Amino acid sequence: MSILTYIAGWPLLAALALVLVPGNYRVPIRAIAVLGTLLSAVLAVKMFCQFVPGANGYQFEQQVTWVESLGISYHVGVDGLNVGLILMGAIVAFAAALCSFEIQSREKEFYILLLVMSGGILGAFASLDLFFFYFLHELALVPTFIMIGIWGRGEQKNYATFQITLYLSAGALIALIGLIALYVQSGANTFDIPKLIEHVKANPLSLSAQNLIFPLLLFGFGILVSLWPFHSWAPLGYGVAPSPTAMLHAGVLKKFGLYGLIRVALPMLPDAAQHWAQFLAWLCVGNILYIGWVAMRQKDLNLLIGNSSVAHMGFIFLGIASLNLIGVSGAVLIMIAHGFLAALTFALSGYIYQQTGTLRISELGGLCRKLPFIGTALLMAAMAGCGLPGFANFVGEATVFFGAWKVFPAITVMALWGALVIGGIYMTRAVRNVLHGPLPEKWNSLTDAKHVWRKLPYALLLASLLVFGFWPRLLTDKINPAAEIVVSGYKLQVAGAPLPAAKPVSQSLLMSAATK
Amino acid sequence: MNASLISLEMSVVGLGLVLMLADLFVPTERRRFIGYAAIAALSFLLFASLSGNGSCSLAGTAFNGEFINDGLSLFFKRFFLVAAILVLFIAAEFADRIVAAAEYYSLILFALAGMLFAASSNDFAMLFVSIELITITFYVLVSFQRSKLASLEAGVKYLILGALSSAFMIFGIALIWGTSGELNFNKLAAVLAKTPELETSKIFLLGVLLVLVGLGFKIAAFPFQIWAPDVYQGAPTPTTAFLAVGSKAAGFALLLRVLFTAVPGVTAHWGNLLIVISGITILYGNLCALPQHNLKRLLGYSSISHAGYLLLGVAALNASGQSAILYYLAGYLFTVLAAFLVIALVLRHLDTEEISGLAGLNQRSPLLAATMTISMVSLAGIPPLAGFFGKFLLLKSAVEAAQTTGNHGYYCLVFTALAGVVISLYYYFGVIKVMYWSREAKDLSAIELSAPAMVTAWICIAGIFWIGLFPNTLLTLANAAAGALKL
Repeated sequence: MSILTYIAGWPLLAALALVLVPGNYRVPIRAIAVLGTLLSAVLAVKMFCQFVPGANGYQFEQQVTWVESLGISYHVGVDGLNVGLILMGAIVAFAAALCSFEIQSREKEFYILLLVMSGGILGAFASLDLFFFYFLHELALVPTFIMIGIWGRGEQKNYATFQITLYLSAGALIALIGLIALYVQSGANTFDIPKLIEHVKANPLSLSAQNLIFPLLLFGFGILVSLWPFHSWAPLGYGVAPSPTAMLHAGVLKKFGLYGLIRVALPMLPDAAQHWAQFLAWLCVGNILYIGWVAMRQKDLNLLIGNSSVAHMGFIFLGIASLNLIGVSGAVLIMIAHGFLAALTFALSGYIYQQTGTLRISELGGLCRKLPFIGTALLMAAMAGCGLPGFANFVGEATVFFGAWKVFPAITVMALWGALVIGGIYMTRAVRNVLHGPLPEKWNSLTDAKHVWRKLPYALLLASLLVFGFWPRLLTDKINPAAEIVVSGYKLQVAGAPLPAAKPVSQSLLMSAATK
Repeated sequence: MNASLISLEMSVVGLGLVLMLADLFVPTERRRFIGYAAIAALSFLLFASLSGNGSCSLAGTAFNGEFINDGLSLFFKRFFLVAAILVLFIAAEFADRIVAAAEYYSLILFALAGMLFAASSNDFAMLFVSIELITITFYVLVSFQRSKLASLEAGVKYLILGALSSAFMIFGIALIWGTSGELNFNKLAAVLAKTPELETSKIFLLGVLLVLVGLGFKIAAFPFQIWAPDVYQGAPTPTTAFLAVGSKAAGFALLLRVLFTAVPGVTAHWGNLLIVISGITILYGNLCALPQHNLKRLLGYSSISHAGYLLLGVAALNASGQSAILYYLAGYLFTVLAAFLVIALVLRHLDTEEISGLAGLNQRSPLLAATMTISMVSLAGIPPLAGFFGKFLLLKSAVEAAQTTGNHGYYCLVFTALAGVVISLYYYFGVIKVMYWSREAKDLSAIELSAPAMVTAWICIAGIFWIGLFPNTLLTLANAAAGALKL
């Protein structure tokens, strides 16, 4: 069996094991959940290290026929596109399990749902079969609704649950129709993604078929990723969700739609993708500028983080819309970086909420004094969120801008404003209002994350952001060859004259010194 | 003629008669065992028909081609046997509430015999007789709790509307016979192939339409769905369960035969009609289910919406649609019977059948709460359960139809179905919410389950997971069965 099966399998097995444990055994329940996700995270790290960058085809493959007559098989494998995502997903799942100490009631059910969610989404990322790709994501998606509906907080809980269920189910089903239509129109009689891509490369779909399927996938997946203007479920849903759920959903599940676009839509529907790219790029502006602006006006920390997470999706979409190697690689980089970042920020806001019982920014202030560890982590997360070099987000956003500049210069300029100015404003303002300033007296009794287990999830996520921020080649070496295959069908749309190669800086300095 | 072809039907009728007689000799306190004996006998018949070499699974025709045993009828016969066995389990739990329990069991068996004949009907006369056998038995089954006003009311409603639809159907059959001179499906198809002008004859088409009205009543499709919620609510729970599964499936078995064997030429032109009916049925069922408080009424509306999903497979007019219907029905069997089993066990001691009666079920009986949850999740069509794969197949067949015919109506229908699925999440999850997280629970005493009830619950759960996780076997069977149809 492939290591990927174990990565997705351990959390699911742990969920099954939890079914058998009586509900009042709190410590064993927590231990099983943490152990299940830990095993999967360790295996994911191992898999990431063993991955050979640039090797042909997929690695760690496993294929078992499931329904012969429809051409469905359980087929997992990784290439550069999903190897980082699986690593990120497994680490975030482990962190989310560790952060679940905030759940006080019905813990058994909560952990079961959390484990199903983790196992499902890891399986979906590993899957190379369209059916299982969808099937496992749906398996992961439904627990989200239940968790928000039951363990959610605040007065708007029911409304938020209702909205998120409606939006995400509709999005997933629209994408399902797109996937079925792709299967039917291709005529390949297989759900196997590599085989489908091969088949479609040999016999391309007609333009009308592509133009029918691509929007279904774009909007179906787009709704799942909170593409503007279908984003309104996200900030509210995350604001209400218990923090482990928000961590997993905003960090990992949401990337499914983007991954689907890159894995399925771009290679199989090249003509329609070119046709819709411009349109998608303009929608990104909605995500980046409009939602950024909305985020500036938020009075609740979780809503601010939720909106900023929606805004970040815009960069990824922009990278995808640029349809070139640099843009798509950058999109994958941000997907991974934002996964860590979103999980980190929701975990931190969850901690603050658990301590203070409120996330209204006006009621907070000076928290850094009582919560030095959490405060510092939040500060670093905020800096990562507005794209400070050194964090993985910077690498991804910069790459996307380089990729998009060639195709959509005007939109890139606007996006830069969104990233640097608007992002900077709301993030630094939140930091000032939450962490600095006078400490209200009522918060004198707050306690920081004390022992190692409490600190571990935050430290782990921060470390991941920094590792990939300082050493992005760990990812780019893996992503580039795979992204190259994805965009190989696209002609360079702006074939400008190649710029003359600049001389190395040191040399030109020497020359200028010599002339003096 | 090979009389052993009908050995299965004869055995079931004989069994029903034996049960009625047994009632005279078995003491009252042992009445439950009559039910278990019937279950054992039906299990034996099911085994015989599954083994594939007994006379129960012979292929061929009898009675001048009126009766046919082919892949499709065998699939449905096994389906009905499984349904009847599970319904008898539910009835055994319910039996202490009704007088004359043995009669109740034997009526279930007579209805089963009607369904078995329906599965083998290859002639309009046979179709009408089997439908009447089912319907008349159900008139009695619905109003069996004579002391309950709601049960009687439901029985009267079912009787009036059922008689009306039978009248439509017999009128339609008369028109078909009058214009074509044939009642046999195969011969009628041959006549239609020879005289294409018949396909445009208004009288003939009216005849076919009226037959569809009668069948639409059986499957509770719009606009003949009015009776379903009232009857589902008023009837004794095992009756409702059998009505939801057996009667509906019999309707679909006949619908498939009539549309795709007898009048395939006409059907090919009726794609749009079927699309519209399917779409409206889906929306009507789902929207009306939203405000319901009564659990059985909710399931009544939900069964209307599922008839709509199934019609989607009919409207697709292709082989994958037909096999998707068979697959979906098989999943629906276990799913719905699981729900009714829980209703029968939990609500039998309550006066109401409100959803709130399930409050606190998680603490009262974790097994029943899990059964109901799995059933609701499967009805909503969420992986990895039976309902998801069934809906997936149905949607796939509609998308295929859209591609081959170029009719954009299919895409509209697919999106209507999606809307229906999204709406249905609300009320299915409402039921789950009440069981696990309602604070209204007053009575938290544990529910004691008899061993057969537990077995039934586990069978249903296993069936739902099996159909959802290992579709290969059943799909192969369904494909083979659908191969028996002409179009």
